[in-house]
Amino acid sequence: MTSPSASNGVTDAIWKLFASIQLTIALLLSLAATSVVGTLIPQNADPAAYISAYGETLFRFFWVLGLFDMYHSWWFQVLMVMLAANVIVCSADRIYAQRRILLVRRPRFQAERFRKLPEREAFEDDRPPSELQGLYAPVFAKRLSAVQVEPTDAGFLMFAESGRWTRFGVYAVHFSVVLLLVGGLIGSLFGFDGFVNIREGDTVQQITLRGSGERLHLPFAIRCNDFSVSFYETGAPKEFRSSLTLLENDREVLQKDIIVNDPLRYQGISIFQSSYGSVPSEEAVLSFTSQATGMIYRREARIGGDIVLPENLGVFVLRELRHNAMFRGRSVGDAFIGTLTPPEGEPEEIILPVRFPTFDRMRRGAVVIAVDEFKERFYTGLQVNRDPGVWVVYAGFILMLLGCYVTFFTSHRQVCVEAVRRGAKTRVSVTGAANKNKPALMRRMKQLSQALKESTSP
Amino acid sequence: MTSSLILSSVTFIYGFAGVLYIFAWVFRKPAVGRLGTGAALIGLIGNAAGFILRWVESYQLGFGRAPLSNLYESLIFYALCITLVYLAVERRTANRVIGAFSMPLAFLAMAYASLSPNISDRIQPLIPALKSNWLIAHVVTCFLGYAAFAVAFGVSLMYIFKRQAEPSRGGQMPPVETLDELTHQLVVFGFLFLSAGIITGAVWANSAWGRYWGWDPKETWSLITWFIYAALLHARLTRGWRGRRIAYLSVLGFAAVLFTYFGVNLLPGLHSYQSTGP
Repeated sequence: MTSPSASNGVTDAIWKLFASIQLTIALLLSLAATSVVGTLIPQNADPAAYISAYGETLFRFFWVLGLFDMYHSWWFQVLMVMLAANVIVCSADRIYAQRRILLVRRPRFQAERFRKLPEREAFEDDRPPSELQGLYAPVFAKRLSAVQVEPTDAGFLMFAESGRWTRFGVYAVHFSVVLLLVGGLIGSLFGFDGFVNIREGDTVQQITLRGSGERLHLPFAIRCNDFSVSFYETGAPKEFRSSLTLLENDREVLQKDIIVNDPLRYQGISIFQSSYGSVPSEEAVLSFTSQATGMIYRREARIGGDIVLPENLGVFVLRELRHNAMFRGRSVGDAFIGTLTPPEGEPEEIILPVRFPTFDRMRRGAVVIAVDEFKERFYTGLQVNRDPGVWVVYAGFILMLLGCYVTFFTSHRQVCVEAVRRGAKTRVSVTGAANKNKPALMRRMKQLSQALKESTSP
Repeated sequence: MTSSLILSSVTFIYGFAGVLYIFAWVFRKPAVGRLGTGAALIGLIGNAAGFILRWVESYQLGFGRAPLSNLYESLIFYALCITLVYLAVERRTANRVIGAFSMPLAFLAMAYASLSPNISDRIQPLIPALKSNWLIAHVVTCFLGYAAFAVAFGVSLMYIFKRQAEPSRGGQMPPVETLDELTHQLVVFGFLFLSAGIITGAVWANSAWGRYWGWDPKETWSLITWFIYAALLHARLTRGWRGRRIAYLSVLGFAAVLFTYFGVNLLPGLHSYQSTGP
């Protein structure tokens, strides 16, 4: 297989290398083998985690090889680009080599080739070949294309074919692989991939890019009106829902609730529900129960603010909300931490678990403190990205599936009918060739010969 | 739940069918082989009935959804696909020795689902990530592909066996050329469906997470599997590889399928809802 563009020795050698299927097989198996590595080594983790897992020496070695972001390492990209080049050169080379089959208006049929084929259907007819020719022509024209007739000494040869275009199926698949890689490249060059956390009620216009950690200014602002999470009875999450409003120059342009699998798309930018969390609350309503009088005093408290308690019980300061607070080595969940300073005596640290209102009774103090009201404020975690290459990739997907179907399940068939006058009878034989799927060809030949027989019966 | 009961009994029917096929092959009793086909058919009907019933039961629990969302359900569906593909192959080749190499795989899938203490057969509602119309398209295409690769694996084992065994054992098997061709056809079928499975998964990922490809371990392993079978097809179609080398590649490809299916659960990633948890 040589090509017109191969002019001198070096380019010729390179062209030959990239036109070889050995290279394809080697590249496919190398990509398979190397891809395994990235699934065994967690990707894009913290360097400190790697050092503790693999030790200093191995860490440096892996670092040099780019194994911590393997699929974006130079050598993996080189393998992918080589596969793309291989696919393109190979296809071009094969299309060139098959140009006389693929790209001609009138295919050339050689009678000798068909006469040698072992598979054939044969029958006899009383009519002379000249009459049969007229009867067969419409049958051929209806079922096949590129019909050609050649007279012979004692009759005629009739050739035709079908499905020549199906030979392009494999090139469609190859081109689809190139489309996928090009689409991926467009996405990484002209798109972005970021995230942002927005508290309920807040509006943001900047997001953080994944990987680089840089901030990106969006052409519009996102306001999170509300976030809600619902659960099944089993405790498994049922739905995460964010009510979002997009604003351009403080003007509301779009309002939509998004859930997982139902994102918001605007100006080529997509916003996905990705995570959520609760924001440390600054406020709570606390109740103070005096052990002496049994009176309950409810007070609103803010982190940092102090409350002077009645009945000369002292001063209480709410200091912080601690997630997963520990008490005597056990977790008590979210808890407020405060300090109670009695009129006489030392300040005392008070733990107020949100979930256990009677917790403070254990302290047996003069006042029992509990969290009465505590409203969690959620933030929604959004994935924000733009990928202009996605339509190229989708075109590649469709082309790949169609191409695979055509390549595997259709074929290019050529048939030849020869009619020869022998004495008072005409002997008719039907032969055929196909580039693949011989059983289907045999069925088609049977059908054709049946149709030819029927065409002659009145 | 009735569906679990039906599906547990299907495990034994598949096992029985496998035993009958192996018996028919080893002791050369074609009549027993026909019984094997009967058992496989009954198993298939029971498997399909259990699958549909489980779907109905999920509606009765108030959150109707296709039973394709966890390891138990996927194994049930996998066994269904393997048996379906195998019976289609048996019909086309009229050879029951293939059953001795295929039905045990369907049995193992069912047995793993029904008998493993780590796999719950409770019908759970869908978590938010799985609530998508792409779920059915993705799972069905993937598992039809996996099933074709499973039967191709069985046929490849037959090829390797036939090449090494004395003629008397291999005599009931189809000729090696037929086995080779059958492996190829099954791999072609599987490859088309694996491609469709990866593609539907990518489109789904793009609508759920905003990216069609993220090098998540499961995605990567499905691509590894795709690379191996792509290499096999290129080697056979254009390099003219036949027989043993293709059989070995088919075995390697199926190992990658198994790792994509089970092994990846040991690695962290987005498909972790498949974990065997309670």
